[in-house]
Amino acid sequence: MKKLLAGAAIALTAMTGSSFADGHANYPERPIMMMVSYGAGGATDFQARIVTMTAGNEDALGMPIAILNKPGAGGRVGWNWLAGQAEADGYTLGAYNIPHFIAQSIKGGVDYSRDSFEPIANWGADPAVLVVGADSEFNSMEDVVAFAKENPGKLTTSGAGLFVGHHIAALQMEKACECKMAYIPTKGGGAAAMKAVIAGDVMAGINNLSDAFRAREAGNVKILGVADLERNDFLPDVPTMMEAGLDVDNSSVNFRGVMVPKGTPKGIIDKLAATVPTMFENSRVTGKMKAGGSPMHIMTRDEVLAMWEQREQTLKELLAGL
Amino acid sequence: MEFLYYFGDVFTPINFGLLLLGTIGGLILGATPGLSPTMAVALLIPFTFQLQAAQGLILLGAAYTSTVAGGAVSAILLKIPGAPANIATTLDGHTMAQKGEGAKALQLSFLASAIGGVFGVLLLIFLTPVLAQWALAFGPSHLFWLAILGVTVIGSLDSKSVVKGLLSGCIGLWLATIGFDDIMGAQRFIFHPALGGGINIIAALIGLFAIPQVITMFAKGRKGDGAEVLTVQKHPISSAFRELFRNKRALSIGTAIGSIIGLIPGVGGQIAGLVAYDQSKKFSPEREKFGTGHPEGVIAAESANNAMVGPSLVPLLTLSIPGSPTAAVLLGGLLIHGIFPGTDLFDNHPDVAWTFINSMLIGQVLMCIFGLYVAGLAAKVAQVPQSVMAAVVLGLAVFGSYSVQSSMGDVYVMASLGVMMYFLERFGFSAAPLVLGLILGPIAEANFIQGSMIANATDGLGPYFLGGTLNIFLISVVIASILYSAYMELRKRRYTSKEEILG
Repeated sequence: MKKLLAGAAIALTAMTGSSFADGHANYPERPIMMMVSYGAGGATDFQARIVTMTAGNEDALGMPIAILNKPGAGGRVGWNWLAGQAEADGYTLGAYNIPHFIAQSIKGGVDYSRDSFEPIANWGADPAVLVVGADSEFNSMEDVVAFAKENPGKLTTSGAGLFVGHHIAALQMEKACECKMAYIPTKGGGAAAMKAVIAGDVMAGINNLSDAFRAREAGNVKILGVADLERNDFLPDVPTMMEAGLDVDNSSVNFRGVMVPKGTPKGIIDKLAATVPTMFENSRVTGKMKAGGSPMHIMTRDEVLAMWEQREQTLKELLAGL
Repeated sequence: MEFLYYFGDVFTPINFGLLLLGTIGGLILGATPGLSPTMAVALLIPFTFQLQAAQGLILLGAAYTSTVAGGAVSAILLKIPGAPANIATTLDGHTMAQKGEGAKALQLSFLASAIGGVFGVLLLIFLTPVLAQWALAFGPSHLFWLAILGVTVIGSLDSKSVVKGLLSGCIGLWLATIGFDDIMGAQRFIFHPALGGGINIIAALIGLFAIPQVITMFAKGRKGDGAEVLTVQKHPISSAFRELFRNKRALSIGTAIGSIIGLIPGVGGQIAGLVAYDQSKKFSPEREKFGTGHPEGVIAAESANNAMVGPSLVPLLTLSIPGSPTAAVLLGGLLIHGIFPGTDLFDNHPDVAWTFINSMLIGQVLMCIFGLYVAGLAAKVAQVPQSVMAAVVLGLAVFGSYSVQSSMGDVYVMASLGVMMYFLERFGFSAAPLVLGLILGPIAEANFIQGSMIANATDGLGPYFLGGTLNIFLISVVIASILYSAYMELRKRRYTSKEEILG
């Protein structure tokens, strides 16, 4: 009996050993969970559900990905959970939003930083845009900047909260035009910020390109500028802020993608990093994303690592004075 | 009248099948504590990926309608409001169930829901452009005054003493400050990671209402043999109809308030039921019967929370702004098929838009029929022995609060708030004002901060918060509400002895 047990133990060690050696060839063996740190129905949740819907296909992971929402405190609750409590076994993924979680970790009060997570791949990039009501007197970025220069601190501008892409874009605009705006963070995310613009509660707003595009289709807003390096395919007629003479780069672009907690086995990370970008490229996924007005931007693990590092650099400089 | 043209589409075999599925499934999900309408709709979203746009929306619309009504089942039978919309239903509904009138309470609640709901959807059909303007009229200053109006209700809601009502309202307001402040990003009263996101309203609801009851049941079980069997009176549906139309005042107050408040983005759904309950109490000649199992209370609360369903979709369908979390999930259901709410929806996809709206109309009626059918059976829950009942309710409470966001933290919050409420109830405090404080606190605070930021950048605090017709109207309603409560309190005192006040 003892011999048998010892044999079994040796076999077991050999098996686990081999599975490490071959880089988790059998992963995944059961369904995977992906944590989204915003509520059901938000843009991140909506996109996460679309890009993971083909995970069960044989050419992708072969196992479905289930979405788990852990909303609260602008995403801090979910990311705290992923960094501190989630098991790093490859069966718990998380969705990230850049610049949100890096900006929050720079401001402090959270249990995570850039080093707490390992990126897998990026699926989307939603630039911040400047919107005004359909009947606003502003017709171009120049009008808005001229008003802000003449009336320092009077240009009320809504956005989805503090230390999110919208806030970063507002800070960059203020720095570029050497003027002062009145940034009004709203509770209730981008939808509430957009409502404030349409209802005329504020003079202008910074919002997600995808939501602004929809509001413009409905005839409610004018979009005056995009805070990105290039014009966007959804809005070929809207100039970038650079074109309008404002030195605003793509630091505020809301990048969305998949990451895992630090400590996840290297073999699993490699396998995910190889499979997940091709999963995003599936024509069903890209078709649904385009139909929903969500701009896609697929990046591999190495590209995301570089992007995270560069973003942290810029944000540290930008937030230093606050 | 365009909507009549698309009525046929609702009755194709697949569409009608989905409508039935959504309605029955919604009733069951709604009756499960912790599964709020938002969660029920979110659970169904993956299924709509495989369906056509109109079919997917029929499923979601039917589920939304019937989960709101289904929440009344657990509110009446178990005193666990499934969502904030059902809080007011517990006040009279559960007392009726305890008196053996559970069947009657359920029948009344489904009938009132259907009438309120149909009215709300008709508003959505005929008055959408007008209503959209009204939804936009409420800026931060108006929402702040609206929340203050809600605060004035706290004292008189379900308490024997105004002071105790106000005190528990204050506890609720304080609890609402816990967590990360969304606007400023500051951390407040976070002593445990479970509180980082603030107190989840669904978990709090379950704890505050269900746990004191569970403890009381266990305590009783130790004293007696626990086999205290209630008689459940049968109640014919025809007399429920008669009862409903005898209470036309509560029905119309509930429907009107639900439709108006339901429109306001971000606020409506949560407080429509409570405000309607309070108003019909103030207008009723039998106001002292409220809280003791009075049918008017159930009718007002339930007609209000279903009347809210139709108007709450107005900002989404016309302006493409989701006014509530549930509307946000429905937006996802539209976007997945490449349909943008707003002009695109009504001009280019009228079949989708009108089939969706029509299916909600028919869904209200189906929900009522199924609801009435099960009411008699469901009311038998009251006959379950107390010891068994306590265990079942405790299990549901843990399950419900865990399932909100798959977090044990919410279960701890639920349990500790529940135990606290048990002791507070022994001292004559009650849960409804506390929850109202918890709901109104964040609305008042966020809108005050936001309003004052806008005001400081523009014309100053005074003119911003006190100027404008709508502000002045809301302020005068606030003052009238306070004066009325004070007058009623003074009049009552003249007839109460000192012992009663102290007790």
